[in-house]
Amino acid sequence: MAWIWFHKLGSPPHFYRLAGGMVPWFAWPALLLCVAGLVGGLVLAPADYQQGEGFRILYVHAPAAWLSVMIYSAMAIYAAVGLIWRINVAHALAASCAGIGASFTFVALVTGSLWGRPMWGTYWEWDPRLTSELVLLFLYLGYMGLRGAIDDTARADRASAVLAVVGAVNVPIIHYSVTWWNSLHQAPSVMKFGKPTMPATMLWPLLTMLLGFTLYFVAIMLVRARGEVLRRERGARWIGEAAGEGS
Amino acid sequence: MNGVGDAASGTGVAALRAGWLLMRRDLRLALRRPGEWLQPLVFFLVITTLFPLAGNAEMSRLRDIAPAALWVGALLSSLLALELLFREDGQDGTLEQLAVSGLPLAWMLLAKTCVHWLLTGVPLVLVAPLAATALGAPVAAIPGVLAVLLVGSVALSLIGAVGAGLTLGLRRGGVLLALLVLPLAVPVLIFGASATARAIALEPFTAPMYLLAAIAVLSATLAPLAVAAAVRISLE
Amino acid sequence: MLQAINLHLWRGDQPVLRGVSFQLAAGHCLQVLGINGAGKSTLLRALSGLLPVEEGSVLWRGTDTRLDRHAFHAQLAWMGHGAALKGDLTARENLRYSAGLRRALSAAAIDAALGRVGIAAPDPRLARQMSAGQQRRVALARVLLLACPVWMLDEPTANLDAAGQAFFALMLTEHLERGGVAVVATHQALGIDARNLQSLELT
Repeated sequence: MAWIWFHKLGSPPHFYRLAGGMVPWFAWPALLLCVAGLVGGLVLAPADYQQGEGFRILYVHAPAAWLSVMIYSAMAIYAAVGLIWRINVAHALAASCAGIGASFTFVALVTGSLWGRPMWGTYWEWDPRLTSELVLLFLYLGYMGLRGAIDDTARADRASAVLAVVGAVNVPIIHYSVTWWNSLHQAPSVMKFGKPTMPATMLWPLLTMLLGFTLYFVAIMLVRARGEVLRRERGARWIGEAAGEGS
Repeated sequence: MNGVGDAASGTGVAALRAGWLLMRRDLRLALRRPGEWLQPLVFFLVITTLFPLAGNAEMSRLRDIAPAALWVGALLSSLLALELLFREDGQDGTLEQLAVSGLPLAWMLLAKTCVHWLLTGVPLVLVAPLAATALGAPVAAIPGVLAVLLVGSVALSLIGAVGAGLTLGLRRGGVLLALLVLPLAVPVLIFGASATARAIALEPFTAPMYLLAAIAVLSATLAPLAVAAAVRISLE
Repeated sequence: MLQAINLHLWRGDQPVLRGVSFQLAAGHCLQVLGINGAGKSTLLRALSGLLPVEEGSVLWRGTDTRLDRHAFHAQLAWMGHGAALKGDLTARENLRYSAGLRRALSAAAIDAALGRVGIAAPDPRLARQMSAGQQRRVALARVLLLACPVWMLDEPTANLDAAGQAFFALMLTEHLERGGVAVVATHQALGIDARNLQSLELT
């Protein structure tokens, strides 16, 4: 039974319709949660004892960083599924993730830099998390570069899938090596926020933003994936029918 | 048919024999065109020369950037050398023949990568003492520097082979190859440079060396599979 | 022995193979015809496993070739567009390091095969110093040395003179008589017994 569902999901017209139906269920809650999280974080939560008001950028930085890694993992999983079971829809999903993931990584870097400015006095320090995010950005850009360099969609899918899986294996190693390197040269990062020591008023906006960003990612990914599927299947009969339905 | 012998190409012994034969082929080819294989070496020396030219030529200050200069030079020259790994075989059709030969492709490509490392990685390591000394490393540090670079070059060759397989036959593949390989090579760079720095300072460097060796071993186990997958995809 | 069932393959946005099927019994040869760009090479690459098909399967002796790719390839002699020779090796070295990877070959066997294709051994020239026709002959010698039951050849007689083409016809006839099968993409007449010849036209 589950197998049939899995196979149906791989069928482009079925996926197109299903994804179209799912998008509003993710987009609206995402908007609500982000608004709630921002209000909670920027207005309601108390100022930090050490860092004053400046720490509030954490409410954007931390979820963005967390999502940048999560999206890479999702991308690698979709890529692996597409590679092993030869499912085109999975490749379309992986392709859709890349741009969103790179954007979140960029946001994490910019907000991280802005956050560090009041404390470091400069716009950049080789903090382990920021450095890892930077390397992750390069991994995303490499993935997108490889896809762009190969004209044939099928070959681009498979080649970038191999790259995504190889990258996914490397991400923990890279993170460990950067943390190790940083511990040799600098004091521990000021960006550590131990979750257990965070009071509830600070924690709930953070988790709300995290959930909001995640739902936003899913919504945008589904929208982009639908576009990808349309582009790949152009010429197929079901496209005319779907357009007729106006979905 | 005259002279037909063992046809069980899937078995281990036959694969070993084939791998060995392939290595001898690549070595023989390299000896007929030695100039090509010297270029990455010269490139390495040029890059390490650029660092003092771009900065401070005072020996004690150079010693501080020596690990960085050596490793950036090694990375960039290995990227250049990767052009020599698969490109010609991809163009003249011999790679395609390997893919439909019935022989285990991962193993055959590992054999090619091994020869490539012997022809590019090892010479670089042998030449490194010149560069290291020119950058202020004490003579007593040289064996340590050699050891670190040797282990690191193995990892670089294997990681680079994955990139070379993925970008086979693409126009402007060289730049893309760099973009793909360099982030993946960050751990090798970090542990390698750190170990080299300690070696130059005549301190023990076992910790980063072990980590570097672990990466080399992990690459040796996983990279061939990725390289074979990448090459098959590129041959489509 | 060799069977293709309903092969579908797209290249980029274009469907190149649309439901190609055939059955080839032992001792028969399939000639693949079609205008340039019709997909002859694509079909051969799909049959050999170099190109994955979207739909359909290729059966060798009843088993799907995707199930045990290595076993199928071990019995396949493939000739692609180029001669697949290393320019810096001599003909003998080329054979030793290509066919020799898969078969234990003696120097005498290699020289004999070269002699059969019309290249007097020991030819000291490097492959890049040979003409295209001579390189093709060396590639044919490789097919002979591999002694495989399945041949898949893409334009095997390209650049060959009349004598070369006659030799190829002889080689192919002998192979079919031994019970082998062959799939050949070429416009030129193969010169074999019409009873053993099937043709497939791609549009």
